[in-house]
Amino acid sequence: MRITVWGSRGSIASAGAETVRYGGNTACVSVESDDAICILDAGSGLRRAGLVFAGDTRPTHVLLTHLHMDHIQGLGFFRPLFEPGRTIHVWGPPSTTQDLRTRLTRYLSPPLFPVRIRDFGAHVKLHDAPLAPWLAGGLEIRAAAVIHPGPTLGYRITSGGRSIAYLPDHEPALGGSIGHPAWTSGHDLAASADVLIHDGQYTAEEYAQRVGWGHSTVAHAVALADLVGAERLVLFHHEPDHSDEVVDQMLATARSDRRRGSADAAREGMMIEL
Amino acid sequence: MPQHDVELILARQLAEGLAVPVMLVDARADTLFFNEPAEALFGRRFDEVDALPFETRTRLLAPRHADGRPLQIDEMPGVRAMRERRPAHVAFHIHGLDGIVRPIEATAIPLESARGHVLGAFVVLWAQDAANTVPREET
Repeated sequence: MRITVWGSRGSIASAGAETVRYGGNTACVSVESDDAICILDAGSGLRRAGLVFAGDTRPTHVLLTHLHMDHIQGLGFFRPLFEPGRTIHVWGPPSTTQDLRTRLTRYLSPPLFPVRIRDFGAHVKLHDAPLAPWLAGGLEIRAAAVIHPGPTLGYRITSGGRSIAYLPDHEPALGGSIGHPAWTSGHDLAASADVLIHDGQYTAEEYAQRVGWGHSTVAHAVALADLVGAERLVLFHHEPDHSDEVVDQMLATARSDRRRGSADAAREGMMIEL
Repeated sequence: MPQHDVELILARQLAEGLAVPVMLVDARADTLFFNEPAEALFGRRFDEVDALPFETRTRLLAPRHADGRPLQIDEMPGVRAMRERRPAHVAFHIHGLDGIVRPIEATAIPLESARGHVLGAFVVLWAQDAANTVPREET
């Protein structure tokens, strides 16, 4: 598997000199095998991913964790969606009230966006993510609900015995202390993952003012990574107001606090081979 | 033990913060958690019993109607709520683990996933008139 970060920022794109190292685009990570492309979230980073994956003949699956704007705003700028004859599978969280197409169309239609889903050149197949794992080529995908406002999923992708867990928007601390596997959101998805890409948006001081907003501190991310035995923690969903220097400091904290395994911070262009 | 669904994790966290007695059960009606106010009704701390299988809980608490007839499985509030997929309210007596028989009322609300699966029930308990509370040996 090849993992590429196209957007690591949370909440809103934040381009500028102060964010140039970690990047200003919102959530988007691709996971490739020889026979499939999976794209985790469709934030503004998806535009650049689309330039690379344009014309690619591998089956392409876009896996949406949830439908907040910073996770879907790149969809209308994903070049493969405008390629006639190409099929793009889009998976998202199920809802008890509306299907995925109806919910996505609220954004992908006038007046918020000029082009409707049905007018994309590609054949777009929308799916509620199932409870059971499914296959995209040689990639096994598993989805499970995690704690975040509104229906929200985390994903785990496994191939050849290696796995990546992706929980970009996640507040396990809202479920109590992070310590008992049975009572910790995200535990089973992230268990023993080689790479855990996890929400690390806030400092402890910021979190105190934003409990219930659906995000984690660096300490929460480290606690979960240690609890599940994840080998490599990758902090993600950087706070838009955090400069590169602030993210550097948060990463240093994560590295010193991890009891086992390593820590890193996601940055645009980062690639991980598993 | 596998991780519980996030709906149950959040329900437990809510229960821990409430001042009314609450018990959380899973889809098998096994007790996953009861909060501190519920400990006073059950007569035992949660930490002492941890999770309780349905059969064990039923044997220990011996839920009964006011006339002494045992509650049937289908009459238990959590079971009813999950089977009927709507709130269920039942008044009955339990034998607390501290030896006290208590008349209580319970309202159970079914918990479902976004996929429509029944995950468990959130059971709110009320102690009836304290004057009706009697030691077990007198019943």
